[in-house]
Amino acid sequence: MSAQAGHGAAVRIDACGKTFADGTRALEPATLDIARGETLVLLGPSGCGKTTMLRIIAGLELPDAGGRVLFDGKDMTPVPIERRNVGMVFQSYALFPNMTVSDNIGYGLKIRGVPSKERAERVAELVALTNISGLENRRINQLSGGQRQRVALARAVAIRPGILLLDEPLTALDAALRDRLRGELNRLLRALGITTIYVTHDQSEAMELGDRVVVMQKGAIAQIGTPREIYFTPRSRFVAEFIGAANIVEATIEDRHLVLPGGRQPIHCDVDMPAVVAMIRPETIRVTSTGSASLSGTIDSISFIGDRQRLVVSGASNRLLTVDAPNTLRTRPGERIGLSISPDAVRLLPPES
Amino acid sequence: MSHRSFVWLCLLPLAVVTAAFFLLPMARLVVTGAGGPQGLAGYLAILTEPRYRATLINTVLLAAATTIVTLIVATIAGMFLQRHRFPGRAVLIAMLTFPLAFPGVVVGFMIILLAGRQGLIGDFSNRLFGEKLVFAYSIYGLFLGYLYFSIPRVILTIMAAVQKLDAGLEEAARSLGAGPWAVQRDVVLPALAPAFVASGAIAFATAMGAFGTAFTLATNIDVLPMLIYTEFTLAANLSTSAALSVGLGIITWFILALARSFSGSAVAAAG
Ligand SMILES: Nc1ncnc2c1ncn2[C@@H]1O[C@H](COP(=O)(O)OP(=O)(O)OP(=O)(O)O)[C@@H](O)[C@H]1O
Ligand SMILES: [Mg+2]
Repeated sequence: MSAQAGHGAAVRIDACGKTFADGTRALEPATLDIARGETLVLLGPSGCGKTTMLRIIAGLELPDAGGRVLFDGKDMTPVPIERRNVGMVFQSYALFPNMTVSDNIGYGLKIRGVPSKERAERVAELVALTNISGLENRRINQLSGGQRQRVALARAVAIRPGILLLDEPLTALDAALRDRLRGELNRLLRALGITTIYVTHDQSEAMELGDRVVVMQKGAIAQIGTPREIYFTPRSRFVAEFIGAANIVEATIEDRHLVLPGGRQPIHCDVDMPAVVAMIRPETIRVTSTGSASLSGTIDSISFIGDRQRLVVSGASNRLLTVDAPNTLRTRPGERIGLSISPDAVRLLPPES
Repeated sequence: MSHRSFVWLCLLPLAVVTAAFFLLPMARLVVTGAGGPQGLAGYLAILTEPRYRATLINTVLLAAATTIVTLIVATIAGMFLQRHRFPGRAVLIAMLTFPLAFPGVVVGFMIILLAGRQGLIGDFSNRLFGEKLVFAYSIYGLFLGYLYFSIPRVILTIMAAVQKLDAGLEEAARSLGAGPWAVQRDVVLPALAPAFVASGAIAFATAMGAFGTAFTLATNIDVLPMLIYTEFTLAANLSTSAALSVGLGIITWFILALARSFSGSAVAAAG
């Protein structure tokens, strides 16, 4: 496996926008650098242009005039996909139904004229790597969804691509399988060391797999950053709400305090402001007695999730506040509680967003 | 009424029609075929009698050639028509499928207009080389007529199949390095195999048994339907023509079954 490491190419997307023939503006001109061996996740709601971006990198779609795609500094924009040496995993897997599993995996090598003995060795290697031993001679319609996903991945990786492109590879699977394969996929991508661009609309998938995450909104890049950056310091309300659970509160700042209906919450901000939007993650709020806390409110409802319980609190801010409390906390709806929040946990967002 | 007896009741009309218009005449035909002076051996005449055998081979070759050429022409045309949008496309498709409505007689008539003694091709070659090219009244004219007849049917089937092709498969093949030819060979053609078998079978069966065109072109073209006609009307040889008819049916059915089993694995895989 170490022999395979470091096959990645660096990718640069330079001012790539996309307007389709029917006038749909799928992508605003975007510029993006992806380091060799990095796993970059494109994350966003349906229709935000993730697939379009991926297809431009793959060479299945041409960017609008002025846009360029560079691999290791080389302009690849006019190069068709068959000569870009990219491995692709499609959401529908697109496995060849007229071929067996091993023929699918070996197809790219066959096209490249790799002798059959060498090809068989490489296929065996990938069958072992993706855990599908015993299925080599099956046809595609004799495989389960999870098995298909593995074959699709093995086929894409077999050609030792410089870049691996995956379009929602786990979306078609049920939740339990998705979680298991996600971990497996993560280990595999790290081991292979190929530059990977991974499309998903699932934020937890994005955070687990991505070295960096690109959050997209309506064809534009909303924020680029490591999973920690986009989680702890979202730059807009959209990003804050799309990544994990977030309380968005509207308030005024007076004398380093957020003035809320339920009290005054200390924050790190020296200037007074009449109207601000702030984000507070549910897990950063601690439930205390009413006396000692900066904020207080009344419990509206409680949902027990298992590893924690989620309280919905009214009266603390201008809208209901979600609070993650330890699963051992004894409380009930209607009770008045105090809420204590560290000033570090309050993130101010640009007001208009 | 129980669900089961309701289903049986619905099957009744089918049973009546099958019996009246299919089983009874077929049985009669089979009996008549064995009613000649040679008895059951009359059935073997189609293979043993040199003239019959030559005609049979002729017919099979003609039908096979028609099927192959039709499939090639219709696949290329159908693929292009389904995949490209251009002005006049709808008109072109309408024109190409226009002959669907024509009976064999009209097709034969058109072949005569094209390649007959006063035909366009003859005129043209006369002016160019000083010699009239006339082939309407031969098996070549018939071949052209059958092409004309089969291509529209096959084009429509192929176009429908091309529309259902999974574009993702072609993109996947390309991402793995396959150029345009390799994509056609490894992805598109295998996926179209069921359509080839279905539409090819119809083209083949039509070319084996069609009569109108051949009759319009000439009465001495050596194909089985013409042979049956001459045996029946001119020689009044009822048992031979019945035996030949049954033979024609069985041989066509056999060849189609063979083709289906050959392509069976491909069809199963693509389905
Ligand atoms: N071939 C096309 N012609 C016209 N519009 C298109 C085409 N392909 C995509 N679009 C539009 O471009 C926008 C972005 O599409 P894209 O497929 O990139 O979204 P996505 O982020 O991948 O969404 P999803 O999560 O649903 O797959 C959408 O509004 C879509 O309708
Ligand atoms: Mg998509």
